[in-house]
Amino acid sequence: MAGGLGGILAAYEHIDAATEAISALKQSGYQEFTVYSPTPNHEIAHALEHPVSPVRLWTLFGGLTGLVTGFALTMWMSYDYPTAVGGKPIGSVIPYIVIMFELTILFGALATLTGLAFHAWRSNQSGPYDGRFSDDMIGIFVPCPVERRPAVEELLRTAGATEVKIETA
Amino acid sequence: MTATARPEKMAATRPTYADVTRDVVATLGNPSKAYYGLLAFVLVVLAIGVGALLYQIRIGLGVAGYTPPVMWGVYITTFVFWVGIAHSGTLISAILFLFRSTWRTAVYRTAEAMTVFAVMTAGLFPLIHVGRLWYAYWLIPYPNQRQLWVNFKSPLVWDLFAIGTYLTVSTLFLILGLVPDVAAIRDKATGWRKKLYTITALDWRGTDQQWRHYSRAYLYMAALATPLVLSVHSVVSWDFAVSIVPGWHATIFAPYFVAGAIYSGVALVITLLVPLRKVFRMERYITTDHFENLAKLLLFTGMIVTYAYVVEYFMAWYSGNQFERDAFWNRAFGDYWWATWTMIICNSFLPLFLWFKKIRRSIPALLLLSLFVNLGMWFERFVIIVVSLSHEYEPYAMGHYTPTWVEWAILAGSFAWFFTWFLLFAKNFPTVSIVEVKEVIPMPRRKMAH
Repeated sequence: MAGGLGGILAAYEHIDAATEAISALKQSGYQEFTVYSPTPNHEIAHALEHPVSPVRLWTLFGGLTGLVTGFALTMWMSYDYPTAVGGKPIGSVIPYIVIMFELTILFGALATLTGLAFHAWRSNQSGPYDGRFSDDMIGIFVPCPVERRPAVEELLRTAGATEVKIETA
Repeated sequence: MTATARPEKMAATRPTYADVTRDVVATLGNPSKAYYGLLAFVLVVLAIGVGALLYQIRIGLGVAGYTPPVMWGVYITTFVFWVGIAHSGTLISAILFLFRSTWRTAVYRTAEAMTVFAVMTAGLFPLIHVGRLWYAYWLIPYPNQRQLWVNFKSPLVWDLFAIGTYLTVSTLFLILGLVPDVAAIRDKATGWRKKLYTITALDWRGTDQQWRHYSRAYLYMAALATPLVLSVHSVVSWDFAVSIVPGWHATIFAPYFVAGAIYSGVALVITLLVPLRKVFRMERYITTDHFENLAKLLLFTGMIVTYAYVVEYFMAWYSGNQFERDAFWNRAFGDYWWATWTMIICNSFLPLFLWFKKIRRSIPALLLLSLFVNLGMWFERFVIIVVSLSHEYEPYAMGHYTPTWVEWAILAGSFAWFFTWFLLFAKNFPTVSIVEVKEVIPMPRRKMAH
């Protein structure tokens, strides 16, 4: 999002006011704005209509990579230096399931966090921030050019903003 | 709110979002003299443990009490004990999260931190046990000079992968939960703390995109941690169950160990939460209801553990195997009878008091019972490991093991190591989750406000 454009930052005390503002913004054609909240909230998520996060695909591919790695690691190393132990086959898949399972979890977890870092920290939502948004207020920042600011300010106030500020670029 | 407040009374004095931030941030203020005193005490005990370890490294493993055939003693007992302790943290943080159990929100951070520090403690013991700990890297599959790879059929290598994965995933899970909380503290902090939390908050600002991806990632981390926690203590149990020592070679070992692990972990969570709640004045958040729920969990897992004890004896008798029967007779009436009966009294009889609601809601009684369960669970591992090894097949090969002062000192040092980490964590990071406690409080609405 183009935070450098400047825009309007509004603060809300009430969840219903914030979701009303989000719906009004979307109806007015605004798609790229930032909502800050102290906790994840289903009502905000519903109003924003975001698709499901792609982090799940990172988890899936990470887990599958771990599974394949676990299988390849154990089998290749067993046959690379074949040593018969306890009368078992050189490549004993059943005991190796433990290694495969653990690497599935490990790679899945690492990939999940990599996906989170990739998508969340690089989502380019770089508007102004207020410390109260991690405490008890909900914030909405709408980047917009100077000529549209009065209309946006009016919209945010009508929805119930307790505070509205103009943020210059 | 009084400590015995019921949910309906709690609703009347439900904290606001701002209250939650303020109260949790208040726990991170300048430490009191009592805190420094406690920290100094655990550091002294840690120094004694480290001194004993250095002495063992200097002289050799002979200073431990190993006597053939008992070549696994206090160190492996303590290793299994600490791995077990770790388990309830993941149960409370991940499994109860998946079950949408809201009471976990106030206590899960403490349990999760306990998990990480317990695994860090457990991980030391295989190294201490092998004596020449600088060769510990031999367990890692790497292309060495002889092109020889590790034996993946060995449970000890499974252990390395399981414990390594558990430490990594539980640490990442703890950090993941901490990030939004640290951001909330950053926005209130001043001075050097502001700088510390600005760095550790990783530029978290609670935007809709951050929450969108974060919530999914947290869910999947919980989903991954759940089978992991069940696998780790199962793998630890297979260190024993895949061998042919009477008393070890049993198919119930994996669920038996997992239940025991959660049992001991819940006990330590109670042990930690009681003083923490008092010192940090968290009675408003960690209520008697939370303790009652933990007590029910303790009772439930304690009953499973007791059932496992009964099944073990039944299987020894019903198998008709003389060696199995003899091993279990020796447990109850042999040289180590005192260890077995300490285990049974602490783990199976004393927790029966938890059937009474009055006991479940009495904080001092719970603290006392949790200490007994911790003691009993350490002895459970001692009985399984040491007593089984001391009494295998041939009478001429049987032996008696007595731990030495070096082993006791290292055991005490392990508790000090754990508490050092926990004390440092408790004063620098929130032990009650700001975000998750807020999540169970409804956000204010205009209609409510009017």
